[in-house]
Amino acid sequence: MKKLFAALLSAAMLLSLVSCGGDTATSPAPSAPAAESESVSSTFKAAMVTDVGGINDQSYNSMSWAGMQKAHDELGIDVKYYESKTDADYEANMITAIDEGYNLIICVGYLMVDALSEIAPQYPDTKFAIIDAYVDEPNVTGINFASEQCSYLVGVLAAQMSQTGNIGLVMGGTGDAMNLFAFGYYAGALDTNPDIAIQAYNANNYADVAGGKSAALHMYANDADVVYQVAGSTGLGVIEAAKEKGLYAIGVEVDQSYLAPEAVITSALRLIDNAVLQVCQAAMEDTLEGGISMYDLSNNCVGYAETDLLSAEALSAVQDAQAKIISGEIKVPRTNDDFVAKYGAGLYTLDEALNG
Amino acid sequence: MQQMIRDIAVILNATLMYTPPLLFAALGSCFSEKCGVVNIGIEGMMTIGAFVGAAAGYYTGNPWLSFLLAGVAGGLLALFHAFACITCRANQTISGTAINFLSSGVSVFVCRLLFSGNTETIPVSNKLPLFLSGLFSWCAEHLPAPLAGLFRPNGFLDNVFNTYASTYLAFLAVPIVWYVFYRTQFGLRLRAVGEYPRAADTLGIHVAGVRYICVILSGILAGLGGASLTLATVSAFRPSIVLGQGFIAMASVIFGRFRPQGAMLGCILFAFCSGLRVIVGSNTSISVNLISMIPYVATILCLVLFVGKSQIPAASGLPYEKSK
Repeated sequence: MKKLFAALLSAAMLLSLVSCGGDTATSPAPSAPAAESESVSSTFKAAMVTDVGGINDQSYNSMSWAGMQKAHDELGIDVKYYESKTDADYEANMITAIDEGYNLIICVGYLMVDALSEIAPQYPDTKFAIIDAYVDEPNVTGINFASEQCSYLVGVLAAQMSQTGNIGLVMGGTGDAMNLFAFGYYAGALDTNPDIAIQAYNANNYADVAGGKSAALHMYANDADVVYQVAGSTGLGVIEAAKEKGLYAIGVEVDQSYLAPEAVITSALRLIDNAVLQVCQAAMEDTLEGGISMYDLSNNCVGYAETDLLSAEALSAVQDAQAKIISGEIKVPRTNDDFVAKYGAGLYTLDEALNG
Repeated sequence: MQQMIRDIAVILNATLMYTPPLLFAALGSCFSEKCGVVNIGIEGMMTIGAFVGAAAGYYTGNPWLSFLLAGVAGGLLALFHAFACITCRANQTISGTAINFLSSGVSVFVCRLLFSGNTETIPVSNKLPLFLSGLFSWCAEHLPAPLAGLFRPNGFLDNVFNTYASTYLAFLAVPIVWYVFYRTQFGLRLRAVGEYPRAADTLGIHVAGVRYICVILSGILAGLGGASLTLATVSAFRPSIVLGQGFIAMASVIFGRFRPQGAMLGCILFAFCSGLRVIVGSNTSISVNLISMIPYVATILCLVLFVGKSQIPAASGLPYEKSK
């Protein structure tokens, strides 16, 4: 019995060795950069490396891949994705992609910053782009989104759609990137209705559905009738509360009206697919620059989702605001200082509400 | 004054919203701890229950059937744990940890198979019923004026007590579990098996059988707890939806000295403080990190100040070997 067990075990170990060997065969060790410069041939090829969320995460990864597929259809370039199962796969996947001759590697998400800062300097001829982050190398482009602009637009819609002149905001957390959503929302609502009351709540948690729901119920009980959530799964609770009370909620990132078509009046969109497509095009035409690139309303990478619930008046107001942001007539604040300079601090203690 | 009443209503409503998943899971944890099997896998059994509840709710459209199926799924997962811990005498903590990993993996995997690659289910159209709605609207219509006002929609009573059926089921389960533990023959046997299995065995009690039943019951209850998240609190499953509530439930069992009524108090305390956090944390300048600590700090304080030494069942965590 023991011998049989031992035999089985060693067989299993052998098998796992073989499968390891298979893995390394597809990703040979980083060889001389000379090999790479040869592979920069007439055909341009773009690859993306997913983070651990996987290609079907209905979020960053799947939207990025949608952008890559658009690039394939519209630009006729070869595209491929490499799925990362663990954090350790990032570097290996990037190297595999480089060795297979891909000229542009798109890294999905800030989780890959460390891996990218290792790899990028070693392959100066390959172009890299990373979503929502930045690595200070000449061949790396940081794809950043103007979250404050789409939030401004849904702020306009919230103020337009509110009957009570009282709206809410539920955040999952704070930080420079998260606060952009709040600044934009406040600015949009205040520009539309200077007397509007805004309730803010920071759940400090992206996965507390019951917390998000009770926070929203609290706001609705205090006369709010539209609540914007930027809070991951916590926000699922916000939308649920809106559904139960027959009031309105605003989604984020993608059009979330499928969660509650009768309650979600709009969503602040970050169109990662468009940004990825534009990065691919720029890289193909060799106009992609290093540094942080801002993807915003002017290049159709952020926006708002239209639904049947929006009134004609609200729609024309938001289209007006959108045009003014693109023309530069409206500058949406990105920092607390900008916000206070324009809207005053004493009246709206946004920074305090968010950061305590 | 009116503001205060509204705030109190929100806190109480949040308490009733946070409690059922915790309470179901805590009662489940009571069952397995009492019979001497440590079940760290409660969290995983909640996750599988949450997923099965949401998925079945979407496909069948029947919330009660889905609720039951979620219990069955939790029970099946618990069967693995029982087999490993009782029949194979594996380390119970490790088996429970494995269950936790397994269930989060399995639920996401099956979710992707069923929902075209998504890790999130499509919201169910029918949630568990708000079964007091009918009573409340009847009262609002038929009672004389001052009383009827109490029951009006969006009034205090309506906002607080008109919650999903799962809430009332969870509270109803507490006296039932108490009765089983302390007033039935089976309860006596399961406590005996948890305290001193050798003596129980000598008296002819089938130790492994009793433990199997208890562990499976704990899985069923945990599964119901998970389903009350996805069929009542919200209406869809996401992988992060349970996130530690199984462990909070286990903590409240220790808080309640392994008795169902004590565990209920622990769950209510934690839920109440979570609701309090929402009110205290709205439009305030207190640091959010301090506010987020409220439920945890309150629970620890109560544990240290008011709850005496916890009485762990003597045979908890020990596999029973007949022939030793």
